[in-house]
Amino acid sequence: MKAKVYVTLKPSVLDPQGKAIQHSLELLGYDQIDDVRQGKYFEISIKPSTVEGDARTAVEQFAKEVLTNPVIEDYRVEIL
Amino acid sequence: MKFGVVVFPGSNCDHDAYHVVSKHIGQPVDFIWHKETDLSGYDAILIPGGFSYGDYLRAGALASFSPVMNAVKEFAAAGGFVFGICNGFQILCETGLLPGALMRNENLHFVCKHVNIRTETSNTPFTRQLDHGLVLSLPIAHAEGNYVCDQATLELLETGDRIVFRYCDEDGRLTDESNPNGAFSNIAGICNEGRNVLGMMPHPERACEDLLGSTDGRAIFLSLARSIEAVEVAA
Repeated sequence: MKAKVYVTLKPSVLDPQGKAIQHSLELLGYDQIDDVRQGKYFEISIKPSTVEGDARTAVEQFAKEVLTNPVIEDYRVEIL
Repeated sequence: MKFGVVVFPGSNCDHDAYHVVSKHIGQPVDFIWHKETDLSGYDAILIPGGFSYGDYLRAGALASFSPVMNAVKEFAAAGGFVFGICNGFQILCETGLLPGALMRNENLHFVCKHVNIRTETSNTPFTRQLDHGLVLSLPIAHAEGNYVCDQATLELLETGDRIVFRYCDEDGRLTDESNPNGAFSNIAGICNEGRNVLGMMPHPERACEDLLGSTDGRAIFLSLARSIEAVEVAA
């Protein structure tokens, strides 16, 4: 079992890195781009003995408490 | 009176802070390894600058989960003085001892230069010897100093007189040009509601000797020492 956690900046927070990436893409001629937001992606392997519900509870908890700064970021968890 | 300087893997301004307390303030000071859990006997804890845990995950995030930070939280809750500089400010925000967060500089650069900051309040244990409005010249050296918080928090900081320093020009005017990192409302330093926890991005410990180009940082450490004396007298 694996967990995937996506951490993204809250919509209200400006993303200077995303803006810089967008600028570079535009320089390269990609003129279709409206906006770029940079985030983080975590892949977590879960021990096989773990029940899926327990895994989800644990991952949700540490995604919120460790992987995300709630002042500026949101998160989304997938269990596969 | 006794100071402690917390040392994380990757701290690199710990010796500067230690040097200032011992040589310029003339007070006893210890290094405190981040695995320590007992802060009894200390009057002030300094969280120094650097790149704790390589700034992995987010600047200051992993350090905020170190054992010593639980002790620092208890120390602060009991009224002890806690002073975070640069990475120390980031750690205090990640720990929740101070509100808001420090994001990547708006210009994306690591900015290393002297800046001017204006003293926004003398009503903290760290600024009692600084006049309101006094402009200090202090160095900054960071890539994540762009202070952000929500509007409600900003209002709380403003109404509570908790914005301690703001970036300004040499005459004390708050301008966009004098804001080196895009910080919300030119914020360079804030304190907690109890006023015993201060975090700031500029480095006063690097501005205590003529040789370093500025001695403006001294008044902050002297204020802190005076505040500790006041507590000792009251006890």
